[in-house]
Amino acid sequence: MKSLPLSLLVGSGLTLIFIIMAGLSFVWTPYDVTALNIDQKFLDPSLLHLLGTDHFGRDVLSMIMVGTRNAIAVSIIAVGIGMIIGVPLGLWVAGSRMNGGSFFDEILMRGNDLIFAFPSLLMAIMITAVFGPGVINAIIAIGIFNIPVFARMTRGAAMGLWSREYIMAARVCGKGMWRISYEHILPNILNLLIVQATIQFSIAIIAEASLSYVGLGTQPPMPSLGRMLNEAQTMIFFAPWLAYFPGGAIVTMVLGLNLMGDGIRDVLDPKLRQRKGQDVVA
Amino acid sequence: MSLLNIQGLLLSIHGSEILSNVAIGVEEGQIVAIVGESGSGKSMTASAVMQLVPNGAEMSGNVWFMDDNLLDKTEAEMCDVRKNHIGMVFQEPMTALNPVQTIGKQVIEAVRLADKSLSKDQAREKAELMLHKVGLEQTRFPLNTYPHKLSGGQRQRVVIAIALSQNPRLLIADEPTTALDVTTQSQIMKLLKKLVKQENMGLLLISHDLAVVAEVADHIVIMRNGKVIEQGNTDIFFNEMSDDYSKELFAASKLTFKDKKSEKSSDIILDIKNLKKDYKLSGSKKLRAVDNVSFRLKKGENIGLVGESGCGKSTLVRCILGVEAYKSGEILLNGEVFDGQKELRKHINAVFQDPFGSFNPRHMVKRVVAEPFYLIDTPLSSTEQLSKVEEMLNHVGLNADDMDKYSHEFSGGQRQRIAIARALITEPSVIVLDEATSALDVLIREQILELLENLSENLGISYLFISHDLTTVRNITDRVLVMKDGIIVEQGPTNEIYNNPQHPYTNTLLEASPDITKALNDKRNELDDNFV
Repeated sequence: MKSLPLSLLVGSGLTLIFIIMAGLSFVWTPYDVTALNIDQKFLDPSLLHLLGTDHFGRDVLSMIMVGTRNAIAVSIIAVGIGMIIGVPLGLWVAGSRMNGGSFFDEILMRGNDLIFAFPSLLMAIMITAVFGPGVINAIIAIGIFNIPVFARMTRGAAMGLWSREYIMAARVCGKGMWRISYEHILPNILNLLIVQATIQFSIAIIAEASLSYVGLGTQPPMPSLGRMLNEAQTMIFFAPWLAYFPGGAIVTMVLGLNLMGDGIRDVLDPKLRQRKGQDVVA
Repeated sequence: MSLLNIQGLLLSIHGSEILSNVAIGVEEGQIVAIVGESGSGKSMTASAVMQLVPNGAEMSGNVWFMDDNLLDKTEAEMCDVRKNHIGMVFQEPMTALNPVQTIGKQVIEAVRLADKSLSKDQAREKAELMLHKVGLEQTRFPLNTYPHKLSGGQRQRVVIAIALSQNPRLLIADEPTTALDVTTQSQIMKLLKKLVKQENMGLLLISHDLAVVAEVADHIVIMRNGKVIEQGNTDIFFNEMSDDYSKELFAASKLTFKDKKSEKSSDIILDIKNLKKDYKLSGSKKLRAVDNVSFRLKKGENIGLVGESGCGKSTLVRCILGVEAYKSGEILLNGEVFDGQKELRKHINAVFQDPFGSFNPRHMVKRVVAEPFYLIDTPLSSTEQLSKVEEMLNHVGLNADDMDKYSHEFSGGQRQRIAIARALITEPSVIVLDEATSALDVLIREQILELLENLSENLGISYLFISHDLTTVRNITDRVLVMKDGIIVEQGPTNEIYNNPQHPYTNTLLEASPDITKALNDKRNELDDNFV
């Protein structure tokens, strides 16, 4: 048994910490995150308040826990939207292209290019600005710019597979495009999709934080890592921990997810796997 | 003193032994051919000479090259040797050239690497000379030609020109013609032979096919499992060889004709009438890939369809298999018009070329072989399916235990057997064999052909055997169609085509086919000519 890559161990360790924190926040936080307590404001980190308190006297650790939960929830749903719509689209255009018609392929991929042409965050800001700020709209906005990412990747990988001889054999057996996509293509690109999903997940976390930072994401009184950063900005000279901790939480979470994605790719992708002796004999 | 002298070379990778006690010598002006099946260590021997071995490899022994032991050299010194003294030609000409640089730029680069004192114009001139030497004339192939405009054979010539421009003392050619058509193959072999004599360099030629190298090689080395089984001068080697494996290889390379007597019924299974297929090119231009092809396949009859790559045979196959629409004409399968409908598909199936790409790597053999059951209208229960799969695996010489394995656990020949089992399982009337044996080693190829022959006799299946090599299909087919540029230029009973080809193209194909008896005769005549 080969040892797992270090990046996977560190990455999934970091990710697990945040998942546990987020999970714990459902049932218990050190303090109530919505309760204001003005006489306790701007407390330094201490045993009573591990990460200190903010200008309303709210406990920073509790806010980070709930904020992490929100960020993870938003990202899971947004990446899910991207995958559920993007992957079948990609399979469909790859399949129809290989079966002759490239009309939909053209339209869809140019549509993809159109979405890609807008920087994803600007696009999310645009959507939330038009439809109003809020968690749901943030999820939709982040989800929409995940669709072309998955559609394009699926299409590319699927097109490579469509020229394989086992696909040809399946076609000779009369299997249709969707059946081949489901039986032969999807299982063979699943590892790519998993890796891409972890990467997109980390991007979604940043996107959620950014949207909240400009006030278009999670709305008060629900805490959010992005808005905590925004509020800390004005107080950075006398209460720097208010910026350090949420900022650090975002950085560590994204780092953990990226490392985990890299690690998963190393494990799943046979091309990057260290070859054993007998494989290289020519 | 030999140019290259390998003595007692041992190579192991992560502890597993790859080469043991290999001893090979190459003289100036001599062509030494290493022949062996895949996994025999022949390519690794070449890599060991170049010191381009994979990570974790350990070597011992001596590799004397021009009085230096290459194993003692540092990487920097080896770079110098590779740059100035040893040239290399690889198997795949399609990827050996940089597609975004002109052939001139790539040859000039090699020329200037070898001799830095050359001015730009001198390097240009030398590059032109090199391309001239390999038969690419400036009038047709100017220096600013891009690789994609060249055919596989022409690209291989450019690769050889690049190798030559370093003025190497030793050229290593690793399966230089395996990816090429037979006609191109014989041209490249002749070119290599000419260059070796002209430049007085040594050539280490690596091949899996004895017949291909027999004509050009002066010395033959047979390798298997990392060991040199036998070696000797080509002129006497075949008379004096004693090892069974060498004899088997020799026998497999020989062209033998079996007389076939098979009674054919008059039922026509596959009837192709005036089939045409166009591909759209840029603008309003069209390429007619298949032009007015008509032929009939009777029950129990086997037909060979032979032609070079690009002749339209693959397109024809795709039309026949119903995965590509054709422009006009008709395909009748058991008397019914077939254009891909599911009900008729169970009568036709296919085995493809690449034994490694033919199976979904994530499916077990039982699922792979059972795939065509999708075509059966009344679904079988899973136990019935399994027993049928088992029966088919037995037919092709595999065991029932093999059902629960994945395809990567099998060798190339075994995989091709699995592919045949898959094609057989719906008991079709026709199986299309699309270059089904060209990716296999010579001995394995013989076994698979034998298996196919037995199956056809026992089960009464007809084959449409597609190949680029006329001789491969000689024993398994009753009739042969020769295809060129989308047109069938000649067709007739196999023996007649072989003995009395009418079309000049058929003749070219036949002459180019590697045949060891012919090769040895040619060589003998050449020697006689030299004496006169």
